[in-house]
Amino acid sequence: MSIHLRHIQKHFGRSQALSPIDLEIRSGELIGLLGPSGSGKTTLLRIIAGLETPDDHRDCRILFGERDVTQVHVRDRRIGFVFQHYALFRHMSVFDNVAFGLTVLPRAERPSSAEIRSRVMQLLEMVQLSHLAERFPAQLSGGQQQRVSLARALALKPEVLLLDEPFGALDAKVRQELRRWLRHLHDELGFTSVFVTHDQEEALELSDRVVVMSNGRIEQVDTPDTLYRAPRNRFVFEFLGDVNHLEGVVQDGVLTCGDARLAVDLEDGRQELLLRPHEVQVALQAQADAHLPASVMSIVPVGAEVRVELSADWMSEPWMATLSHQDAERLSLKRGMRVHALPRRWHHYPDAQEAPGTQVRPQQVSA
Amino acid sequence: MLKAISLPLARKARRHVLPGFGLSLGISLTFVSLVLLLPLTGLVGQLKGLSLSEYWFIITEPRVVASYVTTIGGAFVAALINAVFGLLMAWVLVRYDFPGKRLLDALMDLPFALPTAVAGITLATLYSSKGWMGQLLEPLGWQVSYTWVGIALAMAFTSIPFVVRTVQPVLEDLPSEIDEAAMSLGARDGVAFRRVILPHLWPALVTGTGLAFVRSLGEFGAVIFIAGNMPYETEITSLMIFVKLQEYDYVGASAIASVVLLTSLLLLLAINLWQGRFIRRLHGGRG
Repeated sequence: MSIHLRHIQKHFGRSQALSPIDLEIRSGELIGLLGPSGSGKTTLLRIIAGLETPDDHRDCRILFGERDVTQVHVRDRRIGFVFQHYALFRHMSVFDNVAFGLTVLPRAERPSSAEIRSRVMQLLEMVQLSHLAERFPAQLSGGQQQRVSLARALALKPEVLLLDEPFGALDAKVRQELRRWLRHLHDELGFTSVFVTHDQEEALELSDRVVVMSNGRIEQVDTPDTLYRAPRNRFVFEFLGDVNHLEGVVQDGVLTCGDARLAVDLEDGRQELLLRPHEVQVALQAQADAHLPASVMSIVPVGAEVRVELSADWMSEPWMATLSHQDAERLSLKRGMRVHALPRRWHHYPDAQEAPGTQVRPQQVSA
Repeated sequence: MLKAISLPLARKARRHVLPGFGLSLGISLTFVSLVLLLPLTGLVGQLKGLSLSEYWFIITEPRVVASYVTTIGGAFVAALINAVFGLLMAWVLVRYDFPGKRLLDALMDLPFALPTAVAGITLATLYSSKGWMGQLLEPLGWQVSYTWVGIALAMAFTSIPFVVRTVQPVLEDLPSEIDEAAMSLGARDGVAFRRVILPHLWPALVTGTGLAFVRSLGEFGAVIFIAGNMPYETEITSLMIFVKLQEYDYVGASAIASVVLLTSLLLLLAINLWQGRFIRRLHGGRG
C-alpha cells in the first residue's frame, strides 16, 4: 500500500521537530529514514503510525493508498509497529504475545481459538521461534525478542510495517543477520515498510530508497546508489561517510592553506573542499599541481584495505586515506614517515544553493 | 622478589567482594532485635502463665469475637476502597501533567505524617450529626459516625499512602511503549489496561492493598473517635486491648494482641511469597 504524506509538521512546545514535509512512498517499497538524533526521523515515523499527531494545518494529509488516515486512531490504521526495545508484554508467553492482536479483535471478527493457534504457530515458524512458544520474553536473547516483536506486528497482516530503530539495541552480528532476514521477509510478503535508523550502512544496505533527514527537514530522497554517488548537499555528503576537509584561500586557481597548495578550478576567495578517504592517495613526492605534505600517524589494516591517518599543521583535523595493501607495501609506510597526500578527486559544496561540484584531477602516475 | 610474590598469597581470599558485610549485618540484626523482636518476645512472654484453654477462652470471648468481625470487615472495605482510589491516584500522578501535581503528590503522605488521633478527631467532628458532612448526609439517612462506615473511612484515611506509594514507582517504570504496542495491535483502551498494564501493576497493587489491610487491622487512634465504641457493634480489636490494659489485665491484653500479631504476620508472609512467584516470572524464572 502506498503512503502519501502532505504538509506534515510538528512542534513540541516552541521547538520545531518537523518543518512541513511531503513524501511519497510507493507500494511495496522498503524505505529507510536516516538521520542523526534529533533530525525528526522518529517523530515522522510515529506520525505515520498515528502514535503522534501532526500539527493542525488545512493541507496536512496522511494517505494510505486512497484511504485518508489523518484523523484515524493508531488502533484503526492497520499498521504493524516494531519498537527499538521490543516492547513485548513480559507477563505473557511468546505465543500469547504474538496472538495478542488476534485475541483483541471484536468478537465478530475474531478467529476461533484453533485458527488463532495455527496462525500464531505459522508466524513463529516464519521467525524460526516455534520451539520457544511457551517461553517468556525475559528468557530470550535480544535478537529473538525482536523477532517475536516482528511476528506480533505481522499477526494482523498489516499492509504497512513501521520499524523504529529495530536493530539499534542488538550487537553487530545479530544485526547483520536480522537485516538480511527482514529484507527477505519484506520481499516475500510484499508489505510497505518504513524503518528508522541512524546507521548509514544499515540504511544503504537495506533500503530501496533512503530518506536523509536533518533538523526536521528532508535533505534528499534517493536510491542508495544515487545517494552515495550524487549527494545533493554537504550534509548528505558528510553524513554518508568519512570526510576529509581542506579549507583555504583560492587565488588564481591555486588553493593555499599553510604550506599546502592544490591547483583547483574555483573562484577566488575562501573555499572548502571535501574528500572521501578512498579519494586520497599517498605518495612519496609532491606533484606540480598538488603539494600537500603530511606525516603518517597510524596504519591500520582493515579487511581489504589499509587505513592511513595523516596529520599536518595545515589540517584542522587529521585526514584519513584508504589504500590497497599493495600500495601500502610498495610505499613501505611507517609511522612518522613524511609523505604527500594526492587528491584523486574532490567535492565542493558552496554555501549558497548553487550546484555542487565534483572535480577529478587528471590522473598522473605517481612515483 | 620472593616477598613480592608471597604477599598476595598470604592474604586469604575473601568470600564477599563487598566490604563490611559482617559489621553491617551485625548492627542491623542488633537494631531489629532491640526495636522489633524484644517487645514481641515480651508480649509472648506475658502469655506463659496461661494454659491453652484459658488462652482460648480469652480470645474467643463473644465481645472480642465481635470486635474481630468489625475490625476485619472495616479493614477489608477500607483496603478495597484504597485499592481502587489508590490505583487511580497513582495513575493520575504518573501519567498526566497538571498544575498542582507536586502538591497533590506531597499530600499523599499526609496520613503518614499526621498523628492518627488528630485525623480521628477531625473525621469525628466532620461526620457527627452537627458536622459539615454529617449535616448533609444524615437527612439522606446515611449515618457515618458511630457505624462501621465511619470505621472503614478512618481506616481508609490512614492507609491510602500504602497503595499509592507501592503502585507509583512500578507505574513510573512501565515504558509507555507497552500501551503503544497494545494500541498498534488494535486494542481498545480498556482492553489495553486490563490485559497489558494491570498485569504489570498487579503485584504492587496486591502488596499495597495487603499492607493497607494489615495497617488497618492495628489502627487505633483514628478509629476510636469516630467508631462510637458500642460493645458488640462498633468496637475494634485494638480498643479491646486498650480496655484490657485499663483494667490492668495485662495477660488478657497480650492474648488478644498476639492474635492480631499472628494474623498480620501470616498475611505479610503470604503476600511476600505470592509476590515473589509473580515477579520471578517477569524476570525470566520458571514461575
